[in-house]
Amino acid sequence: MTRRTRVALKVGVWAGGLAPLLLLGYRAWTDDLGANPISFITNTLGDWTLRILLASLAMTPFRIVFGLSWPIALRRLLGLFAFAYVCLHFSVWIVLDFFFDWPRMGADIVKRPYITLGMLALLSLIPLAATSTTGMIRRLGARTWTRLHRLAYVAAVCAVLHYLWLAKVGVTDPYWYAGALLVLLGIRVVDWSRRVIRRRAAAVAASSAPLRS
Amino acid sequence: MLIRRAPRFTASEITDPKLYLSRRELMAGAAALALVPGGGEAAAPKGEPLAAKRNPAFSLSEAATKIDHATTYNNFYEFGVNKDDPSRLAHTLRPRPWSVQVDGLVHKPKTFDIDELIKLFPLEERVYSLRCVEAWSMVVPWIGFPLAPLLKRVEPAGQAKFVEFTTLLDSNQFPAQKPGFFGFSSLDWPYVEGLRLDEALHPLTLLTVGMYGQVLPNQNGAPVRVVVPWKYGFKSAKSIVRIRLVTEQPKTSWEKAASQEYGFYSNVNPAVSHPRWSQADERRIGEFRRRPTLPFNGYADQVASLYTGMDLKKFY
Repeated sequence: MTRRTRVALKVGVWAGGLAPLLLLGYRAWTDDLGANPISFITNTLGDWTLRILLASLAMTPFRIVFGLSWPIALRRLLGLFAFAYVCLHFSVWIVLDFFFDWPRMGADIVKRPYITLGMLALLSLIPLAATSTTGMIRRLGARTWTRLHRLAYVAAVCAVLHYLWLAKVGVTDPYWYAGALLVLLGIRVVDWSRRVIRRRAAAVAASSAPLRS
Repeated sequence: MLIRRAPRFTASEITDPKLYLSRRELMAGAAALALVPGGGEAAAPKGEPLAAKRNPAFSLSEAATKIDHATTYNNFYEFGVNKDDPSRLAHTLRPRPWSVQVDGLVHKPKTFDIDELIKLFPLEERVYSLRCVEAWSMVVPWIGFPLAPLLKRVEPAGQAKFVEFTTLLDSNQFPAQKPGFFGFSSLDWPYVEGLRLDEALHPLTLLTVGMYGQVLPNQNGAPVRVVVPWKYGFKSAKSIVRIRLVTEQPKTSWEKAASQEYGFYSNVNPAVSHPRWSQADERRIGEFRRRPTLPFNGYADQVASLYTGMDLKKFY
């Protein structure tokens, strides 16, 4: 991939990542957020958190299925956008929805499983955002860093469950997200088991090699 | 007997009727204009003015929610599960001709044409608070008459203990009644709701045909719905085609869908949480801060006696 394509792709992600926020800002400016603006803003930010988080988790399957390596270059940026959206989503909850009513929010985090899960998703994204720089990768070592960044799976699973659990009867959107996540994780599982099988076969072949010679 | 002891609202919050009426004229005019190009077909009574005197004994003194909000932020699953589905798709419902069958355990069952029904009893306007189970609320000036005299007219039999309301079943008029992907349907159609007979006969229970000085818009349950202000909004069945008196407690659509979340009574109760969220407070549409939810949605002094001795945690 040339430097120019890489830059173009990143500009694309920036534009795509900022567009929903700009649209939301425009709708707020033109008083077009509907009858329940706080709920609309919260839901929109939550939706985009999930979409971008799933997009960041789709980069590895892209490589596995299509053999493309360039999507990996976008993973960090997508992950950081997901983090930005979840921070906004959370801030809206604190400021607009409950207006710093800490006891009430604390009770909800403990008592309402969907909120507990949302908090878990947010918490598991924090170390990922904090260690997203090249310097941190170097400092942690590639191996530790990779292991730590498996928290992205925890975040995605919690986020999807958070949505499934809060949605009322008849709302089908969360099932689509759950389906997408299952596909993305499924591709990894298949790929991983194929590699394990191949490695074992290679080991068997290596150990039986002297007999054949 | 009827007025709350201490009003929750100051006099300054009351909508000036003059303002209200001028808005009404404006909307009637706009609606008339909108109807011109279409011409003859089934002149939908959308935005058609409907006169009724306000009954102050049954009215909150709080400012009504903006009509734009009350007609675009709706739960009406027959049109879809999103709040904007009903207003987007409302044109598919044809509220005329329409008839309402009132039968079951009654001595004089009768099917009323909607225009006949509307003229049976004098219409009045009542400003009620509407509390949705999703923890938001509105203040709506409804137009209708109490359900009680209609029920008395058909003469309930002694065995009648409950009243069952059925909403129209017609997937041509209610697009979401068609099964979706994998035969998925949000609820088991038709929509069925129910009240105990004494709840149905309570003077607060309003058979409703209009709001905001207009004929009831399609997305709000045209041509006729009930409004039961001390219960969560979904108890107030919309676009009713049948009112049946029965002995057994009706199995309601929401009970069938999720009985652990939506009980038969579903009285507004800040002390009983929805299994997934708190009902302790609510957001009044148009307000920024949440406000505490009141027992029976603020109508406790009028209806609490209906439930004396009942464990409201058990009968949620």
